[in-house]
Amino acid sequence: MVAPALLWTLAFFVVPFAAMVMMSLAHMEGRDIVQGHDLGNYLKIFTDPSLRRGIFVSLEITVVVTLISVLLAWPLAWIIATRVPPRWRRIALLLAVLPFWTSYVVRSYSWALVLGEKGVVMNALVGLGLLAEPVQIMATRAATIIGFVHFFVMLLTLTIYSNLVQLSPNYARAAEDLGASRWQVIRLVILPLTLPGVMTGAFLTFVLCIGDYITPQILGGNNELSLPQLIMLQLGRRGDFPMASALSVVLMVIVTLAYAGCARWLKMERL
Amino acid sequence: MLIKQTCSVLAVMAGLASTAQAEDLNALIWCDHADPELLQPFEEAHDVRVNVKEYEGTAAGLTLLEQSRPGDWDVMVIDAVDVGRAVERGLLAPLPTEGLSTDSYFPEAVLADHTTIDGTTYAVTEKFGYNTIAYNKAAVDPADMESLDALWSGKYDGRIAIYDYYLPVLGLVGLEAGVATADLDAAALETLREPLMKLGAASKQVSDVVSSQTALATGEVDVLIGGGEWLTAVLNAENPDLDWTIPEEGGLLWAQSLAIVEGTEKPELALEFIKYVTSPEGQARLATSSCYWGMPANQAAGDVMSDEQKAILRWDDQADYLARAQLYPVPDAETDTAMQDLWTDMLQN
Repeated sequence: MVAPALLWTLAFFVVPFAAMVMMSLAHMEGRDIVQGHDLGNYLKIFTDPSLRRGIFVSLEITVVVTLISVLLAWPLAWIIATRVPPRWRRIALLLAVLPFWTSYVVRSYSWALVLGEKGVVMNALVGLGLLAEPVQIMATRAATIIGFVHFFVMLLTLTIYSNLVQLSPNYARAAEDLGASRWQVIRLVILPLTLPGVMTGAFLTFVLCIGDYITPQILGGNNELSLPQLIMLQLGRRGDFPMASALSVVLMVIVTLAYAGCARWLKMERL
Repeated sequence: MLIKQTCSVLAVMAGLASTAQAEDLNALIWCDHADPELLQPFEEAHDVRVNVKEYEGTAAGLTLLEQSRPGDWDVMVIDAVDVGRAVERGLLAPLPTEGLSTDSYFPEAVLADHTTIDGTTYAVTEKFGYNTIAYNKAAVDPADMESLDALWSGKYDGRIAIYDYYLPVLGLVGLEAGVATADLDAAALETLREPLMKLGAASKQVSDVVSSQTALATGEVDVLIGGGEWLTAVLNAENPDLDWTIPEEGGLLWAQSLAIVEGTEKPELALEFIKYVTSPEGQARLATSSCYWGMPANQAAGDVMSDEQKAILRWDDQADYLARAQLYPVPDAETDTAMQDLWTDMLQN
């Protein structure tokens, strides 16, 4: 019964991944790829300041995006699940996922126009007298983070919402009967019970964010390079497939570590 | 039984479909060749379908060819100055020159020194233009743009975008530092580190074609180093203030060429495609392609193009521009790696 699944995994994950690892052990001589078994590319990733910085840029952006998205998504999901009348919930959820209907690239370029010095946000802030003159958001890390958060808040809202609606209202009632305030109910009862949903959504956000090339490329202005941008640079510009493969393996290792941490936490939570 | 019959019918239909299907020509191209306005007349005339794949940068194009099987690709667009690199690696086939006269070409755009190796022609130029300064003349003083010094003066800090292609921009930084593109070797490169980093610090963004166009069009930046007619021409109708110039230090001449890929199984069709693209009609369509404009290598295209199109491309100024432009740097593998490392440092710092 599991044979098709195994074959599928073997053909479309194990074999390509093994090929990528093999390629990462090759190196460039001039413009030629020389097959080999050395760790030179990995050594270079951790000794070359530009490549090493790419890892930190990606991690910093991803952690900030994940945290902000969780902080925004949880209240939004909670409001939809508990404060919006049932007949409006479907519409509220529909509005929440509306951005998914737009192409990812189009959405990023739209943010570029919105966040520009002559864009809607700056015009409004300057027009309202809140700013004396426009400040630069576009082509900065802040623009990249805003673009990411817009996307991932929706994703997290859905995972947290599905967790919230499965919770029996009796938990909150029991806590209130025992004298807990509304805030204590949320903080000490509801929030801990939704942590598995939060962790699952946060992990998905982490994986999608750290591997994304489009958003930092369009909104970040190429003023710093994330790991996926460095991978694209090796492939598209330098034709350095071995280094691109090594960077991809590093990316895979980071994601695997994040998964291991998440899985371990969820298992402990269950215990 | 029903399944068998259905499969048989599908197999027959598939067979019929494949015989009725037009022949394919596979082209490794730059985005201007993906324009249906350019491809459709050829496809209809020869009852073929042109399948295109875009690539960016010669290194990536050559790697793509090397990773492919012989016959996968029929024609390739390549920087004229890089034809030698491709020939050296055995990736291009000799190009029959019968019917491919360059007599009506702009002489400076023929670049026979680069497209003909050891007496054998491997490619023919098709389009050229300049990597120089593009700017919004409503927002900057056009007189300032007559010298590259303005970009390092501090006056335009935060209003500059850098075109994200290391070869032309390093060439321009070299011109500012007094280094001719032909002299841009590994040793000369180190002298460009400081001015390049300074330019990077003065810039707001380093961007590809679309992002650069968006930034100029929306007023996000006012100057683009590395830009030229290829970037502003398509925006001319919407914003006539977007202009370009070749400063007193000079600019870089880019010239793209077409070649037949070694191992093609359709050399005749590939040659027909090249003849079409270099014909006056093909040249006019390529020059005004939706992705980017550029000067046609063949002057005879001028008879087909409108006066307005020629004015946007500064047709009448070409003699002066061509005299002042230098060719792209042609780095060896070691210098190319050093250039890309320097470029990555600029992006990452």
